[in-house]
Amino acid sequence: MAERSLTRKLTASLVPALPYLWLGVFFLVPFLIVLKISLSDPAVAQPPYKPVFDWSDIAGFFSQLDLDNFETLVGDDLYLSATLSSIRIATISTILLLLVGFPVAYAMARAPERHRPLLVALVILPFWTSFLIRIYAWIAILKPEGLLNQGLMALGAISEPLTILNTEWAVYIGIVYAYLPFMVLPLYAALEKMDDTLLEAALDLGSPPWRSFWTITVPLAMPGIIAGSLLCFIPAVGEFVIPDLLGGSETLMIGRQLWSEFFSNRDWPLASAVAILLLIILVVPIVIYRDVEARRLETES
Amino acid sequence: MGAVRRAFAPWSDPNAKPLISFENITKRFGDAVAVDNLSLNIFEGEFFCLLGPSGCGKTTLMRMLAGFEQPTAGRITLAGQDLAGVPPYRRPVNMMFQSYALFPHMSVEKNIAFGLKQDGLPKAEITSRVEEMLRLVQLERLAKRYPSQLSGGQRQRVALARALAKRPKLLLLDEPLGALDKKLREATQFELMDIQHELGMTFVVVTHDQEEAMTMADRIAVMDQGHLAQVATPGEIYEQPKTRFIAEFVGDVNILEGNVMGQENGLWRVQTPSADAPLTIDDPDEVLHSGQAVAIAVRPEKMVIQRDPPGPNARNVLTGEVWDIGYLGDWTVYRVKLASGAILRVTRANASRFVENPIDWDEQVYVTFAPNAAVILAE
Repeated sequence: MAERSLTRKLTASLVPALPYLWLGVFFLVPFLIVLKISLSDPAVAQPPYKPVFDWSDIAGFFSQLDLDNFETLVGDDLYLSATLSSIRIATISTILLLLVGFPVAYAMARAPERHRPLLVALVILPFWTSFLIRIYAWIAILKPEGLLNQGLMALGAISEPLTILNTEWAVYIGIVYAYLPFMVLPLYAALEKMDDTLLEAALDLGSPPWRSFWTITVPLAMPGIIAGSLLCFIPAVGEFVIPDLLGGSETLMIGRQLWSEFFSNRDWPLASAVAILLLIILVVPIVIYRDVEARRLETES
Repeated sequence: MGAVRRAFAPWSDPNAKPLISFENITKRFGDAVAVDNLSLNIFEGEFFCLLGPSGCGKTTLMRMLAGFEQPTAGRITLAGQDLAGVPPYRRPVNMMFQSYALFPHMSVEKNIAFGLKQDGLPKAEITSRVEEMLRLVQLERLAKRYPSQLSGGQRQRVALARALAKRPKLLLLDEPLGALDKKLREATQFELMDIQHELGMTFVVVTHDQEEAMTMADRIAVMDQGHLAQVATPGEIYEQPKTRFIAEFVGDVNILEGNVMGQENGLWRVQTPSADAPLTIDDPDEVLHSGQAVAIAVRPEKMVIQRDPPGPNARNVLTGEVWDIGYLGDWTVYRVKLASGAILRVTRANASRFVENPIDWDEQVYVTFAPNAAVILAE
């Protein structure tokens, strides 16, 4: 009897510990490794950095750590402009996603109730194909002799192919396409909960529909707007695949910089420093997101 | 107040101009007919109730007034103006919603101010009007609260204040008291009447609760399957119901079926299987012919229950045995089973605190009623 209650106690305390264990093994430990590499010096070796950790000499270990790589990041304009450009692209993409996602989510939330599960399934459907393949497909659509240009020329809308591939436009198209579900689903969740009689009440009190949209619908959808925006903005800042495949060499983004430091320059310490920088930039919106979510859950309960 | 109300009867004045006029209104949803060729006038200052079971079309009628539904055929006018094509936000009509529909992201005062802001009133006037409304519904202390922080009764008051704030010509109330508990509901019924009287506004209330309608309304329109079954004052509806549906829907009633035998001294004689002798009914307005099948409706409180046999000249005597007794405090309800198998409901006011040797279960009893206590309803 006593033994059984002990096992039960153990299980009871182990189960809540599982997520922490998971985060510890797969997030915290790798993060500490990256942090350690970012503080070390590059070396031509295998691995291409000088191991600085020796159990016998902890004091020596700490004396070898330095902020040289972070000084390089701050000193070199490339990283600053890549960071700013990433934030700019992510911001514009997020606004575009809101403009495209809101009408989609609104239409879904207003659709007859029996159609809604199907619509949600359709939004998620693209995930059944690999992300990489879907981005490759956009190359075929956007290239000068691609589907889009052929279509537009056949319609007579343009006489010469548009250059879209390998420009920032292609990056926006790619990001809006790839991240749309992450915008639509939280917006849909917020709009679907909204009581239609609120809009009737606004109408009744003298507010035309377009005005009720701003005074009633948008404020009530705000948790969804914030959640969707952050869910898109955060990964878009660090996006690597889309700018690499669609953006061409001109598009400067921090994720690509990180990749080229790792694989082209084999400068792991600098690349790790870029990774740490990216993380610091993204902590701010993540904290905002968590705060908003916590407040939302509070008001709902 | 009673005396003032009694004099108020614009519907019986042939020269009175109605505030609202439904002219041959029909509303279809696909194949279903919600309102069927209905005509109705409502006058300024009236407290008007649309009463009926769910699905009778009363809510559709109200939503057409607010502008949320368009009639399939017919015309609605408000103060002489045809409402066709006038969107809800341009109608001088406000509605209190059954769910209250308070804006959850706005405080009480912002909710009340919402309609006033839409009209672009100056700030100072909005503030003073909101204060006035808060005073009217006694919520001054809760002005800064949000709807989620209010009780059901308080929300109901905010909804009322918000709908009244614009001083509409016409206030629509959709089941205004449906979500309140019984005590609060009764208190609020009288409050609504006072507010309506004070503001001199026209109220149209939709309700399925006949008690609510009886208490508050100047006139009641009983609706059934898209038609108006009867439009009359509460007293007329109760005492002179036009059809069996109305008699059964409004209040409790005993129905005795029978056949007309003829008229004697202006009183109808009706043969019924429920009584040995023919019944005598004083309902001179009915036009009937011999042999016609009719239903006789008698309200439970208009029947007398007694143990001793009535005298030989007594009219309308039914005999049976006590099946059930329900003691309600103010009333006692007896259910009496007749020889024919029909069960009568008879109530008796408990005028004194103790009754010696009261009527008990399974006792043989006599139930009588006066000729003018009953109404004849043609089948």
